[in-house]
Amino acid sequence: MANLERPLSPHLGIYKWPLAMAISILHRITGVALTIGAVLMVAIFIAVASDPEYYEWIRGYLTNKIGKTFLILWTFALFLHLFNGIRHLFWDAGYGFEKSTTTKSGVWVIIVTFILTIAVWGAAYYCTNV
Amino acid sequence: MSLRTPLSEAKGLGSAKEGAGHWWLQRLTAIALIPLVIWLAFAVAMLGDASYETVLAWLETPYVAVLLILLVAATFYHTQLGLQVIVEDYVHGWLKIVTLILINFLCIVFAVAGIVALLKIFL
Repeated sequence: MANLERPLSPHLGIYKWPLAMAISILHRITGVALTIGAVLMVAIFIAVASDPEYYEWIRGYLTNKIGKTFLILWTFALFLHLFNGIRHLFWDAGYGFEKSTTTKSGVWVIIVTFILTIAVWGAAYYCTNV
Repeated sequence: MSLRTPLSEAKGLGSAKEGAGHWWLQRLTAIALIPLVIWLAFAVAMLGDASYETVLAWLETPYVAVLLILLVAATFYHTQLGLQVIVEDYVHGWLKIVTLILINFLCIVFAVAGIVALLKIFL
């Protein structure tokens, strides 16, 4: 295994968190969170396919305050992962590697994520209340 | 699809395992998920009261069934590939193997369960 004699990189806690690092870590965290969301989505499909009561039971949990908070966080995680994923695709294609560009694209990922999260929930509230 | 250069293949260079296959499929499923996920978010948001009848009627629509089946397949394929990378980074030894097998099986189970449920509703 590892040769402990070699110089070790400073522990994560010593760094000041640059935006790029924070988004990179968030990409993984949101990925894991979205896995749970995907499983819940399948549970809803199974509920609709099997029993209206089971669907109403899940719906009860998702429409109370805690459930809604989770749904909003999932929406945010979805768009953050999506737009940062697109950022990764640009990097894969060889674009946007300059330090100033990565910071700018990182800021844009967060701005667009907020806009689309608000847009989705705006649409949800508009469509529920009409 | 192979991303290997002809020269590297002729020289027998490169990965001894799947090499670029994992990387490529992660991107392929990601690209497929971009339109699917944006559509899903807004479509679900605009379902209104989300009552059983509303959701059932929506899921019975042919194009919705097609898009959701594609979405479930791409999602769990992408999930399996993504979680695998995370596990390979942080979990080691026999626990790594067990976790990877579990992730593989569970992703297939959830994908099949989701698709069967969607087909049952639609058909």
